[in-house]
Amino acid sequence: MKRILIVDDEPNIVMTLEYAFKKKDFEVYIARDGGEAMQILKNNIPDVVLLDIMMPNVDGYQTLDHIKKSEALKNTKVVFLTAKNKISDIEKGLKLGADKYLTKPFSIKKIVSEILELLN
Amino acid sequence: MNNYFLIIIILCYLAVLFYIAFIAEKNAKSKWVNNPYIYTLSLAVYCSAWTYYGSIGTAASSGVGFLPIYLGPAIAVPLWIIVLRKIIRISKQHKVSSIADFISLRYANNRFLGALITVLCITATVPYISLQLKAVAESFAIMTNETHGITASIFDDSTFYIALILAIFATFFGTQATDASEKHKGIVTTVAFESLLKLTFFLIIGAYVTYYLFDGTQDIYDKVSITPDFNNLVKLSGLEGGIDWGFMILLSFTAIFLLPRQFQVSVLENTREKHLKKAIWLFPLYLLLFNVFVIFIAWAGKLTLEETANPEYYALLLPLNSNHTFLALLVFLGGLSAVISMVVVSTLALSKMISNNLIIPYGFLEKFIKAKPEENAIYIKNIRRISIFTVIILAYFFYNNFSIELSLYSIGLISFVIVAQLAPSFFIGLYWNRGSSLASILGIILGFLISAYTLILPFTIEAFTGSSEFTEFGLFGISALKPYALFGIDFLSPPAHAFFWSLTANILCYLIISLAFKGHYRERNYAEMFVDSKNYSSLQDSALVWKGEAYVADIKNVLTKFLGEARTQRALQIFFRKYDIPSDTQMADARLINFSEKLLTGSIGGASAKILIAGVVKEQEISLPEVLKILEESKETIISNKALQDKSSELTLLTAKLKDANEELIVKDKQKDEFLDTVAHELKTPITGIRAASELLMDDDDEMPVEMRQTFLKNIVDDSDRLSRLINNILDFEKLSTGREQLNLKKRNIQDTLKKAIGNTQHIAAKKEIEIVNKNRFHFELPYDEDRILQVLTNLLSNSIKFCEPKKGVITLDYKLGNDCIEVFVKDNGKGIPDEDINYIFDKFYQSKNQNTIKPQGSGLGLAISKQIIEKHHGRIWVEKGSKVGTTFGFKLPFN
Repeated sequence: MKRILIVDDEPNIVMTLEYAFKKKDFEVYIARDGGEAMQILKNNIPDVVLLDIMMPNVDGYQTLDHIKKSEALKNTKVVFLTAKNKISDIEKGLKLGADKYLTKPFSIKKIVSEILELLN
Repeated sequence: MNNYFLIIIILCYLAVLFYIAFIAEKNAKSKWVNNPYIYTLSLAVYCSAWTYYGSIGTAASSGVGFLPIYLGPAIAVPLWIIVLRKIIRISKQHKVSSIADFISLRYANNRFLGALITVLCITATVPYISLQLKAVAESFAIMTNETHGITASIFDDSTFYIALILAIFATFFGTQATDASEKHKGIVTTVAFESLLKLTFFLIIGAYVTYYLFDGTQDIYDKVSITPDFNNLVKLSGLEGGIDWGFMILLSFTAIFLLPRQFQVSVLENTREKHLKKAIWLFPLYLLLFNVFVIFIAWAGKLTLEETANPEYYALLLPLNSNHTFLALLVFLGGLSAVISMVVVSTLALSKMISNNLIIPYGFLEKFIKAKPEENAIYIKNIRRISIFTVIILAYFFYNNFSIELSLYSIGLISFVIVAQLAPSFFIGLYWNRGSSLASILGIILGFLISAYTLILPFTIEAFTGSSEFTEFGLFGISALKPYALFGIDFLSPPAHAFFWSLTANILCYLIISLAFKGHYRERNYAEMFVDSKNYSSLQDSALVWKGEAYVADIKNVLTKFLGEARTQRALQIFFRKYDIPSDTQMADARLINFSEKLLTGSIGGASAKILIAGVVKEQEISLPEVLKILEESKETIISNKALQDKSSELTLLTAKLKDANEELIVKDKQKDEFLDTVAHELKTPITGIRAASELLMDDDDEMPVEMRQTFLKNIVDDSDRLSRLINNILDFEKLSTGREQLNLKKRNIQDTLKKAIGNTQHIAAKKEIEIVNKNRFHFELPYDEDRILQVLTNLLSNSIKFCEPKKGVITLDYKLGNDCIEVFVKDNGKGIPDEDINYIFDKFYQSKNQNTIKPQGSGLGLAISKQIIEKHHGRIWVEKGSKVGTTFGFKLPFN
């Protein structure tokens, strides 16, 4: 079973993603910001992290940095899912080491297929 | 007092002066030597022995007659800021080294004029110096209780040795540099020191006489007012006496500018122009202090001492009379100080004139041209050294042979009258460009002859023959030619009378001849430079027009003779760099000619410098109109340069302003970008929610549980609401911040508005069981836009409700009246605002970081909009800092 960590501060959005990935037999972890995500990553090693950027307290960039520095998480993929859709934002996200950069608003089907493609 | 003991004291005192001068020379750059106080005190070289002893004598014999000598300078001093500053600037620029140099420079370095002024100054100063020596000798005799007489041999006379030591002192510290325009810090500092001493000692003796020997000023006045000739002592004799006074004041007014020693300390030794500012009030104060006790000492002397006692030495005789020898010694040293400073500065000033304006231009130039540079420096210094000795020895012989019969006061005044003959050439020349050298020379000679006839001649005849026939009947018995009452003017005192006639003739002669004969073009050039010194100082070396042919090499040769190889090389290098001229230039231009003349002026005087340079160049005559035209042109260049400079600085300012504006625009642009970014982000969030939930519902293959479906549907509704709220807020905010929204100001009751606000939020508060308390029940009316204020209140209330715990929350509404405004408060007992947020909560889209657990459904614009609304009412909104429980928002609305 694939494991996914969804990090986003908007409960309504999280809810839809959670539903869709559970339907595809993912084990889903949820965090409302970077801080919570790091807590969860202490004890769990997901295959992929779906990461929002603009969040209170610890933002997406910091969370990515944390993941990249961790030896245990070296096989974990990171996908940004954010409303920031300027070319410069995308370039920055990929340069920092994200495996994919997806933008909001999104099509659930597309998100799921992109994640599956990444994991295979 | 034993005379050997006194001699030892004098020698010790002189040693102290040498020491001070030595230290000052060594620390010539120190602020202890270069400050306005030293400058002011050095000006007090004006107060010579004549002041120290002589004014008491005058006060005793003719009452207030001693005062004009101090009133003149006191009146002149405020003018210094204008006149003296100009003189100082010109002198510094042209390396002037004496008043003879200064005046002759004005008349195009006229050699004869410089020499004439020098002779005049010698005539005026040598008797004056001898008078100082006489004061030393007489006060020495009083101190040692000798009956004074001419001693058989001058080598038995202590005065001779004192004169000799003074000559050595002046030589040593006065001729350190070849350049006579250099400063003499050592001498100036000792003069300042002596000025301080003489004033202190004079005040001590004054206080002693007035308060110790007598019972204060009233006591002396009471006692003296019953003596028979008292009335003559305190009053002026009518209008005529007043006119006499006026002339005497005018006489000393000119003296403070023209006496060679005053010119030396006030102009040539001035290190900074700003020192003048302090001197213009400190120096009159010094003079005032010096005169406070004069009249009382004089009266006390009259009351206490015998008729035969010399009133000039009352200050010495009074303490001696009461056996206070030590006090008398202080007075003696004060007098000696006055003598030393006067003699040293005067001889220094005279020696420079004698060397640079008399000896060098009239005889030594040939020799200099042939000699080696090192020899020339020694020659020049030696000429000055010999001059100093000659002046002092001359003064000594004058004292020894003539001055016994003359009083301090009268010789002082004769000296003033002679020096005053320079006044027309000096003052008028500074401000009138037509004044010519011929006029100056003739005016001075005429003035001097008249003063000789009306003052010096009768005075000496009377003093030596005892016959008053000449004064009583006039020359050849013609009464119109009576020396003291020329053409019937018989009501003036002899000095005022001489001053009046000599100066009147002098001025008339100067004006008439200047107007009648056109001056030489070169003269006119110098005149322009003096009169319009402000404009020409910026022209510098181009201020003097010169046309002709000259080789740099020739000029360099001349310079080397006097400055030496190294200094010449350095000076020329500076010159070439300054004007951006290639250093291998062969032909010299006007600037180099003027620059070289200036360089030489310091060493050998202006006249000689001109002659030397003229010897190696071929000058062409230029017409006066041509000179004036060139001057006008260069002046215009300067003016247009200045205008350009002004324009350029204006442009710089404008550029800076533009840059600021641009930066501001960039910041605004960036802020706008950020705003749009945030708006987009905020709008996308609910849209994302709606889109995702709708997609799930659309693609649902009936597997979705009913509750789930319900939740998604509810989320879609919530997100839609959020979206429309957001859009409304953004539009609102834009409207307010661009100023398109006009307030609908009407007189409203604040109580009603508060109730409405509570009504609007009551239902959400009730859901959380939060209580809203309206504390103040008073009604108050003021003008505001009710809808907008309601918006603010609703926003603040819903914020409070959001952050209050359910069931426990209490929100209090309150208001109070200020002076010209009403203050409304919304207070809650919620979780408060973290310190790190408090400064940002009114920024748009700022949402507190610690609200993430339950994301509140705010737009992030509520407080930003509230702030804009309140500010549009010219009020202020704030959150109270440092409260431990809950949050208190407040806002002020002005009555108007």
